[in-house]
Amino acid sequence: MARTVKKNPVDLVFSSVTAIASFTVILFIIGILYVLMKESSLAIKQFGVFRFLTSTDWNPVTESFGALTNIYGTAVTTILSLVMAVPIAIGIAVFVTEVSPNYLKGPISIAIELLAAIPSIIYGMWGLFTLSPIMGDYIEPFLKKTLGTIPLVNFLFQGTPMGIDLLTASVILSIMIIPFTASIARDSFNLTPDVVKESAYALGSTHWEVIKDVVLPYSKLGVFGGVVLSLGRAIGETMAVAFVLGNNHRITSSLLDAAATITVTLANEFAEADKDVYMSSLFYLALVLFVMSFITLAIAKYFLVKAERKYSR
Amino acid sequence: MKVFFKIALVFAVMLSFAHAEAVETLNGAGATFPYPVYSAWAFDYSKVTGVQLNYQSIGSGGGIRQITERTVDFGASDAPLKAEQLLKDKLLQFPAVIGGVVPVANLENVNPGELKFDPDTLCKIYLGEIKTWNDNRITKLNPGLKLPSTDITVVYRSDGSGTTAIFTNYLSEVCPAWKEKVGAGTAVKFPVGIGGKGNEGVANYVKRTKGGFGYVEFAYAKQNKLDHVQMKNKAGHFVQPSFESFEDAAATADFDAKKDFYLWLVNAPGKNSWPIAGATFILLAKEKTDSNKKVVTFFDWSFKNGDKKATELVYVPLPKSLKDKIRGYWKANRLQ
Repeated sequence: MARTVKKNPVDLVFSSVTAIASFTVILFIIGILYVLMKESSLAIKQFGVFRFLTSTDWNPVTESFGALTNIYGTAVTTILSLVMAVPIAIGIAVFVTEVSPNYLKGPISIAIELLAAIPSIIYGMWGLFTLSPIMGDYIEPFLKKTLGTIPLVNFLFQGTPMGIDLLTASVILSIMIIPFTASIARDSFNLTPDVVKESAYALGSTHWEVIKDVVLPYSKLGVFGGVVLSLGRAIGETMAVAFVLGNNHRITSSLLDAAATITVTLANEFAEADKDVYMSSLFYLALVLFVMSFITLAIAKYFLVKAERKYSR
Repeated sequence: MKVFFKIALVFAVMLSFAHAEAVETLNGAGATFPYPVYSAWAFDYSKVTGVQLNYQSIGSGGGIRQITERTVDFGASDAPLKAEQLLKDKLLQFPAVIGGVVPVANLENVNPGELKFDPDTLCKIYLGEIKTWNDNRITKLNPGLKLPSTDITVVYRSDGSGTTAIFTNYLSEVCPAWKEKVGAGTAVKFPVGIGGKGNEGVANYVKRTKGGFGYVEFAYAKQNKLDHVQMKNKAGHFVQPSFESFEDAAATADFDAKKDFYLWLVNAPGKNSWPIAGATFILLAKEKTDSNKKVVTFFDWSFKNGDKKATELVYVPLPKSLKDKIRGYWKANRLQ
């Protein structure tokens, strides 16, 4: 193969241009990693890795910083938003691929893609001025009255419902990641060979049985990859969450309490971070986020590759 | 091809014009709080002199870093730098305009400006020791008002800001317990409450929450018609937040040119002084005499002609006595 490429000068130019384009990306990644490590070196030296990751203290005045409250906030909002978004997204995908009449498929798909095109700052403003009052005045008091009285889950619904908390942030996040999960799930469902589905129908399966026993098992790895990709998006989301999370560096068990995520802390505190250690700790947080995102993407890639192999067999 | 040449010609002409004018530009970066007034001044100034100002409101921390690295003509910071740091980084510093911070509440049957507070009460609320509005430490100060038994929902700024720096410096100054437990800075670890992003975030939460209590810049307190409070000042008088009370604070405070005006404008001694205010500062690189002269000319012009514009934008212009002190400082550093 390589020899034939060399013979044709156009091919040679073409392949080198694409190669350069790809290497730029790798260069960028290395560059970002380098800057993050260099800028955070002061904080790494001062707090170490283990202490920084396990300390809940975030106090700019005493210059003592730890990432645990931020990691906790990031984890809770991400997981909660996935719990809310994934069932809805899979429902959408099943409807679009298997249930819906043809004339509805177009409009629904477009609506989902539009949802993905809305900039996150718009979600943030909408969250602050519209969703947060609704959550604080109606939904959260209701949840507190109902779920808050049931033992074992009541610890999740303590405190004064304000609408600026983990729950509201997770709801916004889930709306934002639905389009990702839904469109990947839809594409995975479409990969199910018609022959297999038709055989199932021929054996007398109902519509529901085909979806449950043929389509879903066939595409579950693809769907899982999509979920992990949305997870990556949820972990890194900033502006939409910054307005409704309160940036409170405390670990709380209640979903009705304000909290902080890594990205929210960065967005809120970067501009006015006036001390070297403070600045360096923010870079350190960014480095932690970088590693977290890298790991989730690696997992997603692993499952997607596995899924592809299965289909090609 | 003809079209292409036409377009090229138009561009060439435009470029030559841009070049011929060779606009003189001053580059500044820093605090977001004074950005509107600096750009308003710069707009008027460019109409008179043709000199343009390119001010990037990237935050005080960024402003300090950029002037320290000498990438801009001047930096701007809401927090004054101490003399040692100025000496170390070879910087000059002077105040440019004043802003005030006003505690605001959301209470039914209470009109703006009716509620009275003293420093200790304010501090105890933010420490979480006073939890309800009918706590006798509040009612004692407000015998004429019917205060509800509602919880006080404390609201603070979730983002790092000069507003928080002024507010926490005030609390540290008047309340030893605050100084010891929390301290002062652009972002601090607040013991109680919820965080709103920006002045608009805090104002929005206070407005929405019955019994809400927060602190915002003067302009936001005015615009949002929140119940601002009267504060008991150092001289023992209750004062309303107003242009006059801020100006009085600036006039009576001990701004010292020898210390490069390092001062938190909190708890000013004047009889009519509003106690929670702060100047925002300009930083210059000592050795860049030429560009410094241009920056100083701009601010001198703004001090002479910009007061009206500043008040329109709800900033407090510096009092005349302080402007004279600053002019003396410029002369002493051979910038004017």
